[in-house]
Amino acid sequence: MSVDAWLPALIVLSSLLPGLLIFFLDEERHALRTALNLAGAVLKTGLVGWLIWGVFHDHAFESRMSLVPGLDLVLAADALSVLFVALSTVLWLVTTLYAIGYLEGSPHRSRFFGFFSLCVSATVGLALAGNLVTFLIFYELLTLATFPLVAHRGTPDAMRGAKVYLAYTVTGGAVLLFAVAWLSALAGPVEFTAGGALGDLAQTHPAELTAIFALLIAGLGVKAALVPLHGWLPQAMVAPAPVSALLHAVAVVKAGAFGIVRVVYDVYGVTLAADLGVLQPLALLAAFTVVYGSVRALAQDGLKKRLAYSTVSQVSYIALGTAIFGPVASIGGIVHLVHQGVMKITLFFCAGNLAETLGIHNVSEMRGCARRMPLTMVAFTVGALGMIGVPPVAGFVTKWYLGAGAVAAGADWVLVVLAMSSLLNAAYFLPILYAAWFREPVGPWPEEHPRGRFEAPLMLLVPALVTAVLSVAAGLLAAAPFSPLDWAKLIAEREYGL
Amino acid sequence: MPLLAELPLLPWTVTLPLGGAALSFVLRARAPAVGLAAGVATAAVGLLLALQVATAGLQRHAVGGWGAPLGIDLAADGLSALMVAMTSVVGLWVSLYAGAYFGAGNQDGEHQRAYFWPLWLLLWTALNALFLAADSFNAYVTLELLGLSAVALVALAATPAALGGAMRYLLVGLLGSLLYLLGVGLLYALAGTVDFRLLAAAPLAGPATAVALGVITAGLVLKTALFPFHFWLPPAHASAPAPVSAVLSALVVKASFYLLLRFWFWVLPEAATPVTLNLLGLLGALAVLWGGLRALTAERLKLLVAYSTVAQLGYLFLVFPLALGEADGFTAWGGMTLLLLAHATAKAGMFLSAGAILKGAAHDGVSGIDGAAQAMPVTTFAFALAGVSLIGLPPTGGFAGKWLLLNAALATGQWGWAAVLLAGSLLAAAYTVRVLTHAFTRLPGEPPACVVPGRLEWTAVALAVTALALGLAAGEVLELLRVGAPVVGPVLLEQAR
Repeated sequence: MSVDAWLPALIVLSSLLPGLLIFFLDEERHALRTALNLAGAVLKTGLVGWLIWGVFHDHAFESRMSLVPGLDLVLAADALSVLFVALSTVLWLVTTLYAIGYLEGSPHRSRFFGFFSLCVSATVGLALAGNLVTFLIFYELLTLATFPLVAHRGTPDAMRGAKVYLAYTVTGGAVLLFAVAWLSALAGPVEFTAGGALGDLAQTHPAELTAIFALLIAGLGVKAALVPLHGWLPQAMVAPAPVSALLHAVAVVKAGAFGIVRVVYDVYGVTLAADLGVLQPLALLAAFTVVYGSVRALAQDGLKKRLAYSTVSQVSYIALGTAIFGPVASIGGIVHLVHQGVMKITLFFCAGNLAETLGIHNVSEMRGCARRMPLTMVAFTVGALGMIGVPPVAGFVTKWYLGAGAVAAGADWVLVVLAMSSLLNAAYFLPILYAAWFREPVGPWPEEHPRGRFEAPLMLLVPALVTAVLSVAAGLLAAAPFSPLDWAKLIAEREYGL
Repeated sequence: MPLLAELPLLPWTVTLPLGGAALSFVLRARAPAVGLAAGVATAAVGLLLALQVATAGLQRHAVGGWGAPLGIDLAADGLSALMVAMTSVVGLWVSLYAGAYFGAGNQDGEHQRAYFWPLWLLLWTALNALFLAADSFNAYVTLELLGLSAVALVALAATPAALGGAMRYLLVGLLGSLLYLLGVGLLYALAGTVDFRLLAAAPLAGPATAVALGVITAGLVLKTALFPFHFWLPPAHASAPAPVSAVLSALVVKASFYLLLRFWFWVLPEAATPVTLNLLGLLGALAVLWGGLRALTAERLKLLVAYSTVAQLGYLFLVFPLALGEADGFTAWGGMTLLLLAHATAKAGMFLSAGAILKGAAHDGVSGIDGAAQAMPVTTFAFALAGVSLIGLPPTGGFAGKWLLLNAALATGQWGWAAVLLAGSLLAAAYTVRVLTHAFTRLPGEPPACVVPGRLEWTAVALAVTALALGLAAGEVLELLRVGAPVVGPVLLEQAR
């Protein structure tokens, strides 16, 4: 009983405390820093396992602390938060391994890993947030913790990217703050409740609620990179590879998408949102973003930039699935939280390996690189095929459910969007795969640093392979109990009261 | 705790720093040690006083046993206890910082080292006495003492810029206190008393009262540097030595603002009209925007921080339209108080860290701190954390205060003030990031070595962390604020449906 009230807080603290300790370590304490990092990550994974078991058996986990009367800090666990917590915890573990290998020998590692841990603590905090204010608090913390990571290299490029990132996210945060304050002034403290938390407010204040919904989505849409609020994401590409992985798969972009899911399902309730007529505009915006991101990705030669625009497109699948009224489409949207995460992180790990080992930063330099780094390119290929939606990789499952859900909800136009997007995905990924596997390398690699016996250091290679395997497993074993899809079905059942 | 309730803390909060000032002046060679000891003792008594008011309620002490209206009374309610506690916390860390800042060695340093302590403790005496003053004339005396010791502290830097700033500061301060005295005199002529409680009970009304309140407000607004009367603040605050800048920005401007609250909320609340309240709010809003813009374009680091003070003081004036004349004014009242306390700790932390960074910097321009994140990560962290509170991001005290003000504005339908709060946050974010981008910019070659003593770094961090902790302890602060509060209502409002 008493443990149930502590578990959510413990999960946040399990990365926060090691993170704070790491700040105080000397640069040279490599072993201790690594031990702290891994201890936190492993402990967190264990605690999350316990949480999953408990939530499945309908335990109520809630840690609550009053800031001022009427303003509580609540950490609680429901099925949706568990999905996101599990995703970020597992991916954090692999990303930590990757980052340790990636940053070997570079300066300011204590600062880096300190903020890295803070970043994950904020993500887990907002995943476990039990009310809108707590969500807002961790959402802003996430902004603060990622800024030094994007700025980490301190070069003029990095500083520009970090500045743009902060300008976007702080403005978005202010809009979100305003919307949350307005809603709280209208409805009192808003606790996340399956099926909606606003009660009969829709009858008395429909116009206000619609305006607040627009503001909430605008504030969250910045991190979720909805067009036209996506401008920061390609700029933030200057960050080191593990940070890009974090931004795109584990934390920042996901936080925005997760927030949209929360607002639609647990603040407004999907029925009320449909009644207010706010879902249709959101679906159109998301669909436009899906296509727009893919079109822009086509034209990018920078590998990480191309991946960034691909993220813009892929993350909007989540918003799209959320905005279509009907449990099947919801399952597609929610499960893509996980699927996009594992696939995109694989791609970024591989991009980082190529840059570190061969100095490849551009698509045009990738000819023949699969001969030099076959394992890396196998992982890359899995991620890319998944993005296109080729079975059995996870991306296929998402698209299947989104398409089926759209048809069930009578929104047939979504099928056209899905088809276009898949074609575009193929158009920007397949040439890369073809060039890498089937063409001859031209001349020497831009900047070759052979390291170790394998094609890349093991610390960089293994995480990419692990996430590639996870991407396939999530698709192949989608029907198994406790698969992401199975869990998304559980969430949809609870949200729609089935 | 029955023992705590019995302790005669009120007189000690004033006599301890006063004694310390005299002693550190006489024992000039030992001034730093004596001053620091007196500072620690004063801070302890001030914090105990806050605890005493929190547990035992209102406190009052008749100096010499005379009592009002003849003698001098000291009184503490929730607000004054919080102000004294704020002075204690900021004063303690600034004292620790100053001990390491005014280095021995060169002649200038020796001079500053010797004279800083008596002046600083005198200033502390004036602050405590002002916050605890039970009558308006006593408040005048402490206001003058405060102004004079502050001017002397600014002049301590002895640069042409500092002397110019100090002179302007002196003239403005004198004009402000004269106007204040004029108003107090008028009220004495009307009501025959200067005691705050008796004045509040007196049947004051009519044009003469309005004129008295007007002159008092004009004088105090000038001393609080409300837009457009802020012209004197940036040069004075930016050119003083770092610990002095911290004290001026964090505490001294709050003293005149505190008196403004005393008059408007306790003594003459019925004299307020919607027009005057909105005018004060509007000037505050303009201060937020103008101060933020000037901070964004300021050439020098300390000037940037000083303009940020102009902006942050503007927020406090939103309390007039949001709390006075509203049925449930406590939300805005609490928000204002939290912002005031958060600004005091965060801004002191920011000035202290700026001072530490500038000690090792090539020049005092904003770009002079390039590479600071490498050379002085701890200080850069303090600056950033203080900035986070000034922006109003969670979970800091600045966030708690802004949240309450925002809630009051939205629930009472006063949308304009809500927009000001948000615009101010964005400006604060912009100027904080402007500094941080320079701090994070990597200089070519080997990372520069840190040249300042560790104490300069850790004191700044302590203040910034206090601003953060304030957000987590907001509930306790608001409970103390309720003791003798002039407004009522719940902490958070819900819009009437």
